[in-house]
Amino acid sequence: MYVAVKGGEKAIDAAHAWLAEERRGDVNVPELSVDQIREQMALAVNRVMAEGSLYDPDLAALAIKQARGDLIEAIFLIRAYRTTLPRFGYTNPVETEAMQCDRRISATFKDAPGGQVLGPTFDYTHRLLDFKLAADGEVPEAPSRETEAGPVPHITEFLNQEGLIQNEVDSDTAPRDLTREPLELPADRALRLQSLTRGDEGFILGMAYSTQRGYARNHAFVGELRIGTCAVEMDIPELGFAVEIGEIELTECETVNQFAGSKTEPPQFTRGYGLVFGQTERKAISMALVDRALRWKEMGEDNMGAPAQDEEFVLYHADNIQATGFLEHIKLPHYVDFQSELELVRKMRAEAQAQAMPEAAE
Amino acid sequence: MSDYNFAYLDEQTKRMIRRAILKGLAVPGYQVPFASREMPMPYGWGTGGVQVSASVLTPEDTMKVIDQGADDTTNAVSIRKFFEKTAGVATSEETSKADVIQTRHRIPEEDLREDQILVYQVPIPEPLRFLEPRETETRKMHALEEYGLMHVKLYEDISKNGAISTSYAYPVKVEGRYVMDPSPIPKFDNPKLEMAAVQLFGAGREQRIYALPPYTKVVSLDFEDYPFEASKADHACDLCGSETSYLDEVIVDDAGGRMFVCSDTDFCRSRRAAGHVGAQGVPYEEDVA
Repeated sequence: MYVAVKGGEKAIDAAHAWLAEERRGDVNVPELSVDQIREQMALAVNRVMAEGSLYDPDLAALAIKQARGDLIEAIFLIRAYRTTLPRFGYTNPVETEAMQCDRRISATFKDAPGGQVLGPTFDYTHRLLDFKLAADGEVPEAPSRETEAGPVPHITEFLNQEGLIQNEVDSDTAPRDLTREPLELPADRALRLQSLTRGDEGFILGMAYSTQRGYARNHAFVGELRIGTCAVEMDIPELGFAVEIGEIELTECETVNQFAGSKTEPPQFTRGYGLVFGQTERKAISMALVDRALRWKEMGEDNMGAPAQDEEFVLYHADNIQATGFLEHIKLPHYVDFQSELELVRKMRAEAQAQAMPEAAE
Repeated sequence: MSDYNFAYLDEQTKRMIRRAILKGLAVPGYQVPFASREMPMPYGWGTGGVQVSASVLTPEDTMKVIDQGADDTTNAVSIRKFFEKTAGVATSEETSKADVIQTRHRIPEEDLREDQILVYQVPIPEPLRFLEPRETETRKMHALEEYGLMHVKLYEDISKNGAISTSYAYPVKVEGRYVMDPSPIPKFDNPKLEMAAVQLFGAGREQRIYALPPYTKVVSLDFEDYPFEASKADHACDLCGSETSYLDEVIVDDAGGRMFVCSDTDFCRSRRAAGHVGAQGVPYEEDVA
């Protein structure tokens, strides 16, 4: 005798208890602290902050711990937390010219005022597993020098002095806020950049890579890549001036792209732009390439039909929290709809067989 | 959960959602864009419905949550728990006792009343989406009332298969104007869309809300010579004997044996409680589980 399946509630509680146990792993191995994750898994923390759109290394580290290292799950935790936070207001745009750079490189010039600063990079390391690290992670102190005082000008500005690179139009209009308004198309560049900076690193990387391989190729040079900290300032109405409320680490990438010129414009270089929380240079470079590809219309370029040129395609599919939720929802029960399909297929098969029978008899 | 506001969302967000709901009610079947929030459950798991429910709930309300017609399916349990925790509202499995019913994929069998609200979870709000993937295009098509493509699709179904091969999420026309996706309910439920209760549809990931005010005219698309037909399994419920309810087919052994039971678990329970017994049913006992 069939008894309707009951007990979903108990099963869910038991599954969550098991999950908590699995998260902890072998209790004979010391538990990870949030500080350890923040300090030693910093690039994972950065990714979670960037795609979670919330600059808080401690919370990001906590999310990574809770998510058992599943970064998309951690990003989800941060996003769900972020939406509950009240908005006090909007800060002034950060001045990346005034960035305290840890790293600043240009691929377009051998050297530039301010110098090429490699910073803490994986570039030029040989990707050999360091078995010594398995036993002992202590490192000798790295050499250091005094930072040079003064602002670090953007390298693309040197091109701008000659009029060789397209000028970006200044705008004082406040950009629309992707997290407070529904995404409506066509999106302006500010909105596209918001979407790209919180978009999935893998997706943006894939899109950027596709432009390099010929799907809307726009040959990008890394004009400049800089990583460092910037002051965040906010206007306080009661005071009547801006006050520094904190400091964030950012990665900024400006690409220099070719442009053949048009009937109205002499040949000029053009730009792609990427700006991402934390040390996240793969993402920032990818973002700049995709940004540039999405600008085809304003540049008067041809629509090649390439995915990276398609604003609706890129913006609607870049968000990994939307994507993973919808993808994984197909695990939920769908038996009511499946039942209606079953009935329909059975009915259509019965009709088809009834029609085929007289022919078989002939 | 005292750290969070009543029903989780802050009041500003609820106001924004209520505005979208009112707009939706004013223009039945029109998809209103709204600034959907990230919820603590994944997109695609009812975030639109949850945001709509959170915006219409009051502390005195009783809430019911169903998925596939059942109160005890895992995601229904999870969403019900969410509102118990964040809103502290009373919950019930009884359709008639609920003020707000959040549903996925079904309309309850029992007729709803004017003082009830039915909230649907919607995965893809756009009925034209699988004919035209671009939102920019489909919005234009709605604006121009350009629904020829949908009729061509239904016609092609008939010419290829001899029947309209859409069995759920069957498109409807609302008050002679907007073509609307009724969410993935089986087409059996389509005639019930004309009802006394307020119907609200929330699509979180797609950032859309739409609505049907009470007694709105809702017509399932069809042709004169191929009229719409609300179909279900040609059986009676094996537990309660109902011949009019939508049925789930349950495989009961590995020899392919199966039985048919009401998908609406509350409807089935109340019929059995009233003494109805199906072919494989046993007399009803209070809460055997």
